[in-house]
Amino acid sequence: MRHEIVEKNVGLLAVLILVVISFGGLAEVVPLFFQKQTTQPVEGLEPLSALELEGRDIYRREGCVGCHSQMVRPFRAETERYGHYSVAGESVYDHNFLWGSKRTGPDLARVGGRYSDDWHRAHMYNPRDVVPESVMPAYPWLFENTLDGEATPKKMRALRALGVPYTDEQIENATGEVRGEQEITALIAYLQQLGTVLKGN
Amino acid sequence: MNNLWGDSLSGFWSAWIIVITLGSIGIAFWLLYANRKTDKTPDAEGNVDTTGHAADGIEEYDNPLPRWWFQLYVGTVIFALGYLVLYPGLGNFAGVLGWSQEGQWEEEVARAEERFTPIFAQYEEVPIPELAQDAEAMQVAERIYLNNCAVCHGSGAQGGYGFPNLTDDEWLYGGEPENILATLNNGRNGLMPSWQQLGQENIENVTQHVLALSGNEHDAERAESGAATFASVCAACHMPDGTGNQALGAPNLTNDIWLYQQPGQSVADSVRQTLRNGRNGHMPAQAAYIGEERVHLVAAYVYSLRDQD
Repeated sequence: MRHEIVEKNVGLLAVLILVVISFGGLAEVVPLFFQKQTTQPVEGLEPLSALELEGRDIYRREGCVGCHSQMVRPFRAETERYGHYSVAGESVYDHNFLWGSKRTGPDLARVGGRYSDDWHRAHMYNPRDVVPESVMPAYPWLFENTLDGEATPKKMRALRALGVPYTDEQIENATGEVRGEQEITALIAYLQQLGTVLKGN
Repeated sequence: MNNLWGDSLSGFWSAWIIVITLGSIGIAFWLLYANRKTDKTPDAEGNVDTTGHAADGIEEYDNPLPRWWFQLYVGTVIFALGYLVLYPGLGNFAGVLGWSQEGQWEEEVARAEERFTPIFAQYEEVPIPELAQDAEAMQVAERIYLNNCAVCHGSGAQGGYGFPNLTDDEWLYGGEPENILATLNNGRNGLMPSWQQLGQENIENVTQHVLALSGNEHDAERAESGAATFASVCAACHMPDGTGNQALGAPNLTNDIWLYQQPGQSVADSVRQTLRNGRNGHMPAQAAYIGEERVHLVAAYVYSLRDQD
């Protein structure tokens, strides 16, 4: 009848539940922090440039991740359409990950270089102009807003603290690189580099 | 592409996973097994101990799980152990079936290649003009076109603002099979520089000259004065008579087709804008995405779309 001790002490019950659940994390999550394929960047991977980084933040702000995944799974149907399946080493500089989990629109893990900058501009201004059956919202304000770059060096320093190898020089020049740029320019810069490190089979 | 998945865990972490996984299963099973029976021996008066929970005078017996339920639990434990023997799960142990995500993908791809490669290889041997007559091949090609090209050129291939119409017979880079192949395989980078430095007056004159070349309504006087600038600046790419140069992708200015005319925009405004800001049309190279065999098919499809009258 020692059930009662656990059943009548909610605090104790909560602690014990956490202990039980943590066994799953200990076996499935913890070893990943010590595994080469998840901690080593793939060859040629560079941190996002200042403009691309601002583009990534716009991607996050506008909630693109809600409808677009960035994860090509190792199925033929996907690699046929999008290119080589995604690997962990491509994402080691991403904080947070933007892999997403829903595809109302297509996967974007390898969209870089696939379409021209002009296409992206037309598409983001009004998706129906280029894809008549599209249900994507339009983002016209990205053409009006410009970046001031005030926060860019801070973001880069925060990322460096998390292990992204930005140089002092990059951080110093960051504000100058993005100041005055349209938001759409930054977003397209971000999109055009997605998945370009790992090409072909 | 080696070592994308291949790097294994160190011995320590492998052991760590094995111990936690098997340990958890062991503890769960022990917990289950230890509770499979409860003490229900009656006391001197024939009463059986209850859990002590009472509601409206009804007490709860301390019964174990129903047998079928207990057996379901045992079943999950057996399933888990069986799974861990067959499939990768215990650290570096690959499982006796040797299954891997990458292996499964490679198998799928190999199976598809075995089936489709001969078909594409067969099509690749057929010259493009002939292939364009093959209805079945064109059905296959249309699918590839719709998946890869329609996003810019439209599902009907009529193009749009900044994206060339493929259904007329006017070509920026030439409409012969080899031109279309080159465009698809390697992509194209259009480069019309900005001529802001000519000044407002000259830009207006050249604009009127271009309107005159294409037979549009224009200011004859200005068109006349724009002729000299056109000859010294524009003619290098667009040719003195304005018919363009397909080797450079310089458009023909006399056919009254305007790639950069927005809906509702006048031709004059579109030409002015082009002269002021320049244009950088970009067609991405497709060979890297769909491979040369499929490019050959799509080239035949594009060739078949052209207006042949």
